[in-house]
Amino acid sequence: MKLLSYFRGEAFQRGVHPPSCKLTADRKIRRLPFPPRVTVPLSQHIGKTPRPIVKVGQEVVRGQPIAKSDEWLSVPHHAPLTGVVEFIGLRPGMRGTWIESIVIRAHPGATQEDLWGQPRDLSQATGQDILQAIWDTGMVGLGGAAFPTHAKLSVPKQAKVHTLVVNGCECEPYLTCDHRVMVEQTDDLLAGIRYAMRATGAVRAIIGVEDNKPDAVATLRNAIAWAGAGGAFPEGEIHVEAVPTKYPQGAEKMLIMALFGTEMPAGGLPIALGMVVSNVGTLAALGALLPAGRGLTERVVTITGPGVARPGDYRVVLGTPLKFVLDYAGAPAIDAMDARQVILGGPMMGQAIGSLDVPITKGVSGVLVFRREDMQARETHQTYPCIKCGECVESCPMGLNPSTLGMLAAKREYDLMGERYFLGDCFECGCCTYVCPSNIPLVQQFRVAKQILREKAAA
Amino acid sequence: MTQPLIEIRSAPHVQAAKTVETIMRHVVYSLLPICAFYVLQYGISALASIVVVTAACLLAERFFVRTGTQSGRLSDYSAVITGLLLALTLPPGFPLWMGAVAGLVAIALGKALFGGIGFNVFNPALVGRAFVQAAFPTAIATYTPSFIPGRFTEFIPSSLALPLMIPADPAAWLKAKSLDALAGATPLAKWKFDGVVANADELLTSLSGHMAVGPSPMLILLCGAYLALRRFMDWRIPLAILGSAALTAWLLFAFDPARYPNPFFMLFSGGLILGAVYMATDMATSPVTPKGMWVYGALIGLLTVVIRYYSGLPEGVMYAILIANAASPLIEKITQPVPFGRGAMVGLGRAKKRATYPLNPGYISREEASAVTPKKRFLPKKPKK
Repeated sequence: MKLLSYFRGEAFQRGVHPPSCKLTADRKIRRLPFPPRVTVPLSQHIGKTPRPIVKVGQEVVRGQPIAKSDEWLSVPHHAPLTGVVEFIGLRPGMRGTWIESIVIRAHPGATQEDLWGQPRDLSQATGQDILQAIWDTGMVGLGGAAFPTHAKLSVPKQAKVHTLVVNGCECEPYLTCDHRVMVEQTDDLLAGIRYAMRATGAVRAIIGVEDNKPDAVATLRNAIAWAGAGGAFPEGEIHVEAVPTKYPQGAEKMLIMALFGTEMPAGGLPIALGMVVSNVGTLAALGALLPAGRGLTERVVTITGPGVARPGDYRVVLGTPLKFVLDYAGAPAIDAMDARQVILGGPMMGQAIGSLDVPITKGVSGVLVFRREDMQARETHQTYPCIKCGECVESCPMGLNPSTLGMLAAKREYDLMGERYFLGDCFECGCCTYVCPSNIPLVQQFRVAKQILREKAAA
Repeated sequence: MTQPLIEIRSAPHVQAAKTVETIMRHVVYSLLPICAFYVLQYGISALASIVVVTAACLLAERFFVRTGTQSGRLSDYSAVITGLLLALTLPPGFPLWMGAVAGLVAIALGKALFGGIGFNVFNPALVGRAFVQAAFPTAIATYTPSFIPGRFTEFIPSSLALPLMIPADPAAWLKAKSLDALAGATPLAKWKFDGVVANADELLTSLSGHMAVGPSPMLILLCGAYLALRRFMDWRIPLAILGSAALTAWLLFAFDPARYPNPFFMLFSGGLILGAVYMATDMATSPVTPKGMWVYGALIGLLTVVIRYYSGLPEGVMYAILIANAASPLIEKITQPVPFGRGAMVGLGRAKKRATYPLNPGYISREEASAVTPKKRFLPKKPKK
């Protein structure tokens, strides 16, 4: 009902409403057992790849740093298991290429407690100290982008940050890990928000939660009211805002639009508006890790989809092979060789993978399994030429013209796409392809075009 | 270890249910009540005309799809829409063989020539109609009155003209039915040549008298509203056309009421409603940008009134739409949407809409924080430790 949306106040313009399919929204987070062997890829985040600091055959304990880099835009990795380093070399990665990884075999008798790390008191720490502590945890954005958190939270000298926007939208269908974290790890989340505010110098934090998670909103408001009453932090410093559900609200530009009614200038960062955006999962993990002085060794992953027998949010040790995860959660479709697709991330922006040897990394928020019959509708959907229905123009949150861009891509007019039709503004949310009645793979065309433009610019 | 068979596909992995076939099928559904009422008005001749023209369109579509000349499939219903619309724009007593020619030409010249669905520059139905208007000027101007007694048992004689033969003039046949031949003129022709302005009720329902109005405008508006609400059609184009036509007609009417008919007559006579709702909204031939749709619609409305008032023709919707179709790529080019964050006002620190939180928290001092804290109606539950 696009007609009505003109008269209804909306969070941000355009966007789509895919069926939410949040199968696991009221299941508690459970722990996935420790796998016998983990694979830690060295490059699982944006930035420089750290170098291994352990040798094959070396004994490691859970939480011990195993890879490090001195570069600012890089994070260390920590041993997810107590065991022996078995292998350092190439292993299959999620994008189909083989990437350098450290394989650790678990000690059969180890208790797998966190043995590394010293609890520390950060109550008097400066912002710089906190940033350094964040860096030491190896934290990256757990929402999927995997951008190093310390880099994201560090404010350049000339800029000033007044607001921390906490992204609890989780607009992707199926995924519920952030939802469960908000409900179950509320105290950790509030602690993490406080640390992030001190690191950035923000005076307020606003948690944006989509209104399809009323329990998360209520829990957070309760906890904030109690913490404020208890004097943990000044009242009115942290707010929770329920924003109308719409995809892609989790994109920081859209969330800022929804909360503040302001467009972020194209090509800019939220810091230009005095804001820093961070995901709830990241901050909750920070809130738990920082006082304990530990490293990131596990994360919450939503394992779901019609092809999973026991869908749920699981606390998974980083580096756990997907095969182990799916065996535990039960994917009869895979056993019966009837699975069609396994996706890391959500269905709108996730990555379909070709091998189950791929490990869970820091940026994986969900594992989705679709059966053959779930993909039927897509497979029988015939591809037509663009009929210029304008659905994509009406759904592009960035206000681009995907119809024209798609036609230009088919003619390989990549330069024109970049110069006149603002291809660079596309963040590949997939709305245009989701709505396209002609079933044109628009996002894929744009990805190719952007890659070609990047190569041209580099050359 | 055997690897399971899994496929790699690019995101997004889910898709909305709407397909090209769904859109086209719903347009056909929405046209069915209009066709039914048209048959009720004009009887068996109208039914034969609809069937023959649509069959001709499907035949041509099948031929060109089979030979690989054009894209798309026969089952995508787009040729059915072309056929139904073309039949609705022709006079009910239009010779069937000429209708078949119109249908073939519509698909061949209007669609297949450009490459099929999505590639056509002009609305195929209007291309077909423009062709027969040029080829058979007498036949296409010969209207018969609606609600003739016995219309379900007897064909209008001109319908059954043999192929390549000139049809009989229905005047004699009408006289035998003791109806005035002039009653067969369309309201627009009556106004243009006799200066008679039809009443609102005659135009709206097409139920009173024997006036030769086309398909019912009220019904078309209703069916169009259904399409717009289900988003199978864009609501901006019809609104822009009707608005701009009404405005232009009203300005002229206000200027000289004696010379120009009232805007209501302009809107509801002739094919303006059908054109605005079903013809101009053809997706492939209209701009894809929202602003472009307004411009395109306004151009059609303006051109329609200008052609009706200042040319030798009583009706101008068809040419107005065809001209706007040709202008559509240009309109699209100059009305590209402004991307998010690239507007002129961006970056000035001004909110675009009323928002929950002020952009700058300057006034939120920790003392007056209660001003923005959500009100607590009851004491919250104590969180579990």
